[in-house]
Amino acid sequence: MITKTRNQKAWFLVLPVILLVAFNAIIPLMTVVNYSVQETFGDNLFFWEGVRWFEEVLHSPRFHEALVRQLTFTGIILLIEIPLGVMIALQMPRSGPWVSVCLVLMALPLLIPWNVVGAMWNIFALPDIGLLGRVLNATGLDYNFTRDPLAAWVTVILMDVWHWTSLVVLLAYAGLSSIPDAYYQAARIDGASRWAIFRYIQLPKMKRVLTIAVLLRFMDSFMIYTEPFVLTGGGPGNATTFLSIDLVKTALGQFDLGPAAAMSLIYFLIILLLSWLFYTLTMRNEGH
Amino acid sequence: MAQITLDGIRHSYLAAPSGEQDWALKNMDMVWEDGGAYALLGSSGCGKTTLLNIISGLLMPTAGRVLFGEKEVTALPPDQRNIAQVFQFPVVYDTMTVYDNLAFPLRNRGLDEKTVDARVQEIAAMIDLTSSLHNRAAGLTADGKQKISLGRGLVRSDVNAILFDEPLTVIDPHLKWQLRSKLKELHHRVGATMIYVTHDQTEAMTFADQVVVMHGGRVVQAGTPVELFETPAHTFVGHFIGSPGMNILPAHICDGQVVTQGTVVLTTAGQRVAAQSGARLEVGVRPEHVYFAREGIEVEVLKVADSGRFRIVDTRHEQQLIRVLLSEAEPVPQGSARVAFRAEKTHLYVDQWRLTKGGDLR
Amino acid sequence: MSIRKWLVPGLYILFLMLPIYWLLNMSFKTTNEILGGFSLWPQEFTTENYVAIFTDPTWYNGYINSLIYVLINTVISVSVALPAAYAFSRYRFLGDKHLFFWLLTNRMAPPAVFALPFFQLYSAVGLFDTYWAVALAHCLFNIPLAVWILEGFMSGVPKELDETAYVDGYSFWHFFGRIFIPTITAGIGVAAFFCFMFSWVELLLAKTLTSVAAKPIAATMTRTASSSGYELGLLAAAGALTIIPGAIVIWFVRNYIAKGFALGRV
Repeated sequence: MITKTRNQKAWFLVLPVILLVAFNAIIPLMTVVNYSVQETFGDNLFFWEGVRWFEEVLHSPRFHEALVRQLTFTGIILLIEIPLGVMIALQMPRSGPWVSVCLVLMALPLLIPWNVVGAMWNIFALPDIGLLGRVLNATGLDYNFTRDPLAAWVTVILMDVWHWTSLVVLLAYAGLSSIPDAYYQAARIDGASRWAIFRYIQLPKMKRVLTIAVLLRFMDSFMIYTEPFVLTGGGPGNATTFLSIDLVKTALGQFDLGPAAAMSLIYFLIILLLSWLFYTLTMRNEGH
Repeated sequence: MAQITLDGIRHSYLAAPSGEQDWALKNMDMVWEDGGAYALLGSSGCGKTTLLNIISGLLMPTAGRVLFGEKEVTALPPDQRNIAQVFQFPVVYDTMTVYDNLAFPLRNRGLDEKTVDARVQEIAAMIDLTSSLHNRAAGLTADGKQKISLGRGLVRSDVNAILFDEPLTVIDPHLKWQLRSKLKELHHRVGATMIYVTHDQTEAMTFADQVVVMHGGRVVQAGTPVELFETPAHTFVGHFIGSPGMNILPAHICDGQVVTQGTVVLTTAGQRVAAQSGARLEVGVRPEHVYFAREGIEVEVLKVADSGRFRIVDTRHEQQLIRVLLSEAEPVPQGSARVAFRAEKTHLYVDQWRLTKGGDLR
Repeated sequence: MSIRKWLVPGLYILFLMLPIYWLLNMSFKTTNEILGGFSLWPQEFTTENYVAIFTDPTWYNGYINSLIYVLINTVISVSVALPAAYAFSRYRFLGDKHLFFWLLTNRMAPPAVFALPFFQLYSAVGLFDTYWAVALAHCLFNIPLAVWILEGFMSGVPKELDETAYVDGYSFWHFFGRIFIPTITAGIGVAAFFCFMFSWVELLLAKTLTSVAAKPIAATMTRTASSSGYELGLLAAAGALTIIPGAIVIWFVRNYIAKGFALGRV
C-alpha cells in the first residue's frame, strides 16, 4: 500500500483529462438536460415544460416494457456468462505454450466491431443458409429468429454469450494465476476437497476480478445497442427492443427530443444507481 | 509415529532426463528417526524443497521408495500421509476466522465438532492464538499467519512429521528468534519429527539435533552441529558451515606427506592416497585451528577484522588467502609472519570428499 | 489426461470459432452460391469479394479511416491518462476521490444517450465528419478506462523509485519520461490494448459523427447491406477483414492480457 502525500499541484497532472472528458461529458449532458425540460416544434423554438417529459417517460408502458426487457436480458446474460467464464477459467491449464494461444483465440470475439458481430450472427443463424439455423431446423425445431420472439431472444443471448464470456474468462484466469502454488499444496495436505479448494482459495482470490467482471458486464450489457440492432432490428415486433434501441428510435427515428432526453437521463441514472449499489454491497461484505 | 526412510530416491522435473545436470535429486538414501529435529541446510537450488515435497507427497519421485515405518507411501497423496507442511510464505484461508482455519484439516477429515473444538482450543493455547481465535485470519501479521499454518499441522493428532520450508523468510528479525524457540518448545511437547529446511546455518544449528547438508542434489553430510563443524565430510560443508568458512588449500603428496604452499602439513595421510593418482587433493582447516608460529607457511598479513569476541586475520601466501581466527587477547603480527595448522584438526580432501582415518572417502 | 485437461477450453474455443468460420466460408462464396443453397464449405471457391474490397476506394478507405481515428484516440487517451494516473496513484489532493469516481461514471454512460448531443456539439465546433470528432468522442469512455488501468499498474511500483530519482536530482518530467514510463510499459501496453479495442469495436458514435470523409469501415458495411441488396459475400469478406487488426493487436499483448484488469483497482 502506497502512502500518498498531499500535493495540490497534482491537479495540473489531472487537468488534461478533466478538460477532455468534461468537453465530452458535461456539454452534451447539459444539452440533454436542456432538451429534457423543453418542447420544440423545430426552427429552434423551445418552450419550458418542467418535469413533464420525465413523468411521461416514467409512466409510459413502452418505457416500462423496454426496461423490463433490459433487466431480463442483463440478468440472464450475467447468470450465464459469469459462472460459465469462471468454469472455463478453472479448467484452463495453469501454464504451458498453448495457454497463450488459447487466450488469444478466446479474446478474438472481443475485438470484432459490434455491428460485424451482429452481421456475423445474422449470417450464422439464418434459417435457410446459416449453420446454426440449418442445424437447429434439421433437428426438427422450427427455428426462425426473424419471426419467433423466443428464437430471437435465444439468438441474442447466445450471441452475447459468444461475444463476452471471454472477458470473464480472461479476468477470472488473471485472478487464478495470481494464487501461489503453496495454497494448493497446503490444501492438499489439509485434505481439502475440490469444492473446498474452490470455495476457500480460488473464489476469495477471484473476488476482486469478478467484481470488475460483473460491473463491466452489467454496464455494457445495459448499454447494448449495435449487436441486437443489426441482428434482429429490435424485433420481431418489439421483442428485442432494449433501452438503447428504444432510445435511438425515439431520438433519431421520431425526433421526439424532449422525451428522448428525459429517457436518456433516467437511463443513465439507473445504470449509475445499480452500479453504485452493487459496488457498495460487495465492498461492505469485504469488511473495509 | 514412525521413522521415515528414503530408499534410492531420484527425481527429475524433466520428462526424459539425460545428463547428470537434469536430476534435481541424485540417488538418495536417508533415514529420519522418529521424533528427531532435523535441519535441511543448503544453498538455493540444491534440492531441499524437492526433497521436502517428496516426503510430504506433493511430488512423486522419478525413482525410489518412501517408507513411513514399514509401510511404503511413495504413491500416497499428501492428505493420507499424516504429514504437515509449513511453507515459506504463510498460507491462510483469508475468508475464514483463525478458529475455522485451525479446524479446517479436521473438518475435512469428517471429525465431529466436539472433537474439533477441543483440539482447536488446545492447539490455539499452545501457539498463543487463543485471544484472536475469532478474528479474521486475513488481518493477522506475518508471524501470526505462520503460526496458523503451523497450527493447522499440529491440530491433527495423527501427525507423524512436520515439514518446514524456510518458514521464517517473511518474519521480522526480532520475531524470528521468538518463533524459533517456540518451534523447539513445541518439538519437545508434541514429539513429532520435524524437518526444517533453511539456507541459514544459524537457524539450522540452533533448531536441530541433526543437520543434513545438501549440495547439488545430494546429501553431502548428516550429523550433529559439532560434527559438521569439526569434521566436514565435503569441502562444501567446510565452506558453508562456520563463519568465516574453512580454509581450503590445494595440496599434493610428496614422500608420503601432504604438502600445501610448499610446506608439509600432514605427515600420516600421504600413503593412503598414493594409489589414487589424478585425483584433486585439497587440505581443509578451520581458521580456528590456524595459528601464528615460528615455523610454517610464510604469509603476509593483509587485514584484521574485529568481530567482538575474536579477530579474523586475512593473510596471504603468494596468491592463496589463508584466514586465521584469534581471540581478543592474542597479538596480531604485522607485515610478514608464519602460520601453522593443528594437525589433528586438519583434513585431507580427495575430489572434495574427506579422507577418513581408515582411508575411506567421507 | 492431456485430452481431458483441454476438453472444456477446447469445446469453448470451438464454439467461438464456428460463427467466425461461417463468416469466412461465406466470404469465399459467390453470391449465386450463397443464395443457391446450403454448403459447409465453398463449392465454387472465389476471392472476388476480397478483390472487390481492395479495388474499391469507398471500401478500403473505410479501413483506413477506422484505423486512423482508433490510433489517434489510443495515443490521446494513453498520453493524457499517464500523468493523471500518476497523480491519483501518488498524491492526495482536493476532491481526488470524487474526481476518480466521476471519471469512472463516464464509462457507464450509454453511447446512445450521447449520440445526438455529440452530433450537435461536433457540428458546432466544425469537426463533424473528421477523424478528430470520433477520436475525441471515444475519449469519453477510453480515458477513464486508461486512467483506471494505469493507476492500478502504477500503484504496484514502489514509491522509493520516485524518491530515489528526486534525490538523485531528476526533475519531475525528466524522471517521468526517462524512468517511470519505461518501468510501466506493460501497463501502457494493456491500457493501449483496451483503448484500441473499445474504439475499434464502437460503432454508434463513430457512425453518428461521420458521413463521407471519415466514415468507418463498420458503417460502410451497414450501408452496403441495406442499399445494394443482398450482397452477403461482400459483407462477409468485409467483416472477416475487420477481425485482422484486432487479432494482430492481441498477439502483441498476449502475455499481459490476462494480467491487465487484475491489476486495476475497483
